Amino acid sequence: MSNIRQSWYEAGARERIAALVDAGSFAEFVGPEQRETSPHLGIFDLPAQFDDGVVVGGATLDGTPVLVAAQEGRFMGGAFGEVHGAKLTGLLRAAKALGRDVVIAFDTGGVRLQEANAGEIAIAEIMRGLVEARMAGVRVVGLIGGRAGCYGGGGLIAGCCSTLIVSEQGRISVTGPEVIETNMGVEEFDSRDRALVWRTMGGKHRTLIGGADVFVDDDAAAFRGAARAALAGSARPLSDRSASPHPFALSEVEGLGPIDDASTSLSTNERGGRPGLDLDTLAVEQARLERRIARFGDAADATDIWRTLGIDDPKAIPDMPSTAFATLAAQYRESADDAR
Amino acid sequence: MRQWNTRKALREERIAAGANFATGKLVQPETLVDFLEAVLRPGDRVCLEGDNQKQADVLAKGLAAMDPARIHDLHMVQSGVVLPEHLDVFDSGIAKRLDFSYSGPQSARIAKMLFGGKIELGAIHTYLELFARYFVDLTPQVALIAAVSADRQGNLYTGPNTEDTPTVVEATSFGSGLVIAQVGSIVDTLPRVDIPGDQVHFVFDAGKPFYVEPLFTRDPAAMTETQILTAMLAIKGLYQPYGVRRLNHGIGFNTAAIELLLPTYGEKLGLKGKICTHWALNPHPTLIPAIEAGWVEQVHCFGSEVGMEDYLAARPDIFFTGPDGSLRSNRAFSQTAGLYACDMFIGSTLQIDLAGHSSTITANRIAGFGGAPNMGSDARGRRHPSAPWLQAGAEADPDTAAPLRRGRKLVVQIGETFGEGNAPLFVEKLGALELAEKLDLDLAPIMVYADDTTHIVTEEGIANLLLCRTADEREQAIRGVAGFTEIGRGRDKAMVERLRERKIIQRPEDLGIDPLDANRNMLAARSIKDLMLASGGLYRPPSRFRNW
Amino acid sequence: MEILHFDIAAPIPAAGTRAMALVGVVASGNLEVLVVRGDAPDRCAIEISTAAHGFRDLWDAVVADFVGRRAAGGLRIAINDGGARPDTVSLRLAQGVRMIEEPEA
Repeated sequence: MSNIRQSWYEAGARERIAALVDAGSFAEFVGPEQRETSPHLGIFDLPAQFDDGVVVGGATLDGTPVLVAAQEGRFMGGAFGEVHGAKLTGLLRAAKALGRDVVIAFDTGGVRLQEANAGEIAIAEIMRGLVEARMAGVRVVGLIGGRAGCYGGGGLIAGCCSTLIVSEQGRISVTGPEVIETNMGVEEFDSRDRALVWRTMGGKHRTLIGGADVFVDDDAAAFRGAARAALAGSARPLSDRSASPHPFALSEVEGLGPIDDASTSLSTNERGGRPGLDLDTLAVEQARLERRIARFGDAADATDIWRTLGIDDPKAIPDMPSTAFATLAAQYRESADDAR
Repeated sequence: MRQWNTRKALREERIAAGANFATGKLVQPETLVDFLEAVLRPGDRVCLEGDNQKQADVLAKGLAAMDPARIHDLHMVQSGVVLPEHLDVFDSGIAKRLDFSYSGPQSARIAKMLFGGKIELGAIHTYLELFARYFVDLTPQVALIAAVSADRQGNLYTGPNTEDTPTVVEATSFGSGLVIAQVGSIVDTLPRVDIPGDQVHFVFDAGKPFYVEPLFTRDPAAMTETQILTAMLAIKGLYQPYGVRRLNHGIGFNTAAIELLLPTYGEKLGLKGKICTHWALNPHPTLIPAIEAGWVEQVHCFGSEVGMEDYLAARPDIFFTGPDGSLRSNRAFSQTAGLYACDMFIGSTLQIDLAGHSSTITANRIAGFGGAPNMGSDARGRRHPSAPWLQAGAEADPDTAAPLRRGRKLVVQIGETFGEGNAPLFVEKLGALELAEKLDLDLAPIMVYADDTTHIVTEEGIANLLLCRTADEREQAIRGVAGFTEIGRGRDKAMVERLRERKIIQRPEDLGIDPLDANRNMLAARSIKDLMLASGGLYRPPSRFRNW
Repeated sequence: MEILHFDIAAPIPAAGTRAMALVGVVASGNLEVLVVRGDAPDRCAIEISTAAHGFRDLWDAVVADFVGRRAAGGLRIAINDGGARPDTVSLRLAQGVRMIEEPEA
């Protein structure tokens, strides 16, 4: 039963990374022993966490070097603060410099109120770092399935990823349910109606409406498989891959090398199938979003959207088991048209 | 010449007055308040359901909307003080005196009103005790009850949440009182008849189901390693050695963890079929995995639980169901079962003192008793033997000759040494004692008395009070499992070690349990969704528990 | 925040070769325990950062119990406390020792 499967939802940040990467391959950057804690929380008499709620580092996935990050959703709701944000910004800049793909396990409610300015700036810098890495041919895969969901600035960052992998428990949005209710009234959105919250922002809906690309079970192994599949077909020739057991020494990052020139300007055709970020991609994504609004803008509830997609019994979706849902989604979901 | 039918005559008057607002037995819509003012008299003794779970909420609102100049000084007798309206009637003077059992949801407000003199308190009872008094000196003159549906003859279907209704109606109707039912709908044919129409005088169609809350659902996602540790201790240190098959679990995370450990930890210990086969228990969703794994033979329920209806109907071998297939619960009989047909009660509390008295009453909150004191007491009227009962009796009193030595019901308090808000479980003086002084009560409201309590289980270990021979031993046994609380740190270390040698205290290590072994992976279900899946989709969790 | 320091005798030495172990998360009712190797094999240094002021005596009792019961010798421990109960603190400290004694991956 649940004893056999490792729940992604239940797992902490470090457990998620351990489940994702090749055994023993993870080398942490700015780890807890360095005690780079928040310079702000003490003012509010709030306890800090040694890694400031995000674990970043290098590892291998099936032998391929990648950069990984996982937010700790249980610390301050996984919210972005100054140090937390800086670690992610640095990781993405390193990804561009090194030409390494990135996997990010999101679990965040957005920006920390106590570090609002630093947090908001960090969101912008992360988005910039992510986009520049993608323009250089790097893939950034987002994994969403934790307790805090992926809200606020996290939702914006997720929207910039090459691929989003989501489970049923995962939620992606910008504004959270309580804030919608406060601003628009309970008749418009009852935040305590959790079935409504998941219909509107949850993994199944995001998959069907095209807001997420891959739907998986709440299973760490499933997330791992989907991340690997998303990165299959490397952007760089095999000869560039490091063969050492710890392919990622910190000094490599600090020295910004070896830089792979070939990865800085690959076009869609030269990369292994998956489009990078260029003006064409953005144009296609813009068209997709416009089409989405045109098609679904009048829907009052997600079930209306699912019906429009051609699903006969939309009310059965929330309780549908994962495998059956994944099959249905493959057939009926909004097509991505090489966008993202 | 004495009249002998005054009560029946008064009821006829009430019926005649009410008939002005009714068509047959059906009260006309929009006339509820006028109707109530017509059938009630000042000073009436009124029973309002007020059950643990279901509430006759529309009738309660009607009652609270009456004009206190017309109807005042009512004596309310009800199981549960749950809705705001239950106390609004005291604020406005509609009601004056109160006899009740449980006030959990209103524990802060009722405390304020009792201290403030707004309520004249009769007494706080256990459920069964209050029911008993309905037949002796607290017989209701008017009962306001809740049912699912009625037909035009006044037959009622109370369904899974039957709870107190048959008891209330029996006492009121046959005691010449008036019975008024709130229903969700009027139908031509009921699924089954729970209350016959000739016991019911008026029916009000509320047009919607009665209010009911999920009180017995505990989310496995919130269970901590410490709670799992206490559950492991209970299973290995109590359920196994005493061989407890017939039991009641008080609601709480520790007992819910026990339920979820049966198919895993219990299975590992080889205990299936040897423990936990027969239950007096509400339909806890956390028992689903154990039921599905074949641990459970039968469960009788006090009430139902929101979301469990389809699962219960699909398991008629386990639960009590009617000819319509749905659950039939009955609080009075379940309480009786807990008293006389169970060998163990295990539950949680808020405070335990050095003698072993426990209470949930603190300075500002009066939650009442509910059913716990019945479950958590040794029924001296019991006569039939069972192995656990005899074993406990022998531990308590080894000197008396066996044929003259009654057994003892196992009454266990389980909890972490520090509870909610990091408040210590163990205290020098109970808040209940302070309350008794403040309100000048004859008795401090004790939930479970020391001389009924047989064991205390915390994350530090198990204290067996049956084996204690002096008050001193008892005190140190309690200190010895009180962890890092002030009470625990005040222990006599040498004496505690001696008690451990005599197995009066057993630590996890003594039972072969390492606290580090307590792991959420041991739970047969780790989320509400897991419970739903375990039930094959029959359990439909209320919205508040969803994360999908 | 209140910062507490303990430097006490720890008779049972920690085994293993791992340099660092981290258990727990800073959340309400929880705590983070960072364990690294210290200098003296028969002593344990513990530093606690907590927003709950005035509980030195309680930490004292928990720490004393920990070094008596678990292999704490030769370790330096840093704690960020989210208002955890003493039994949770004991559990995390024990988990930290177990983790640092685990064989290298």
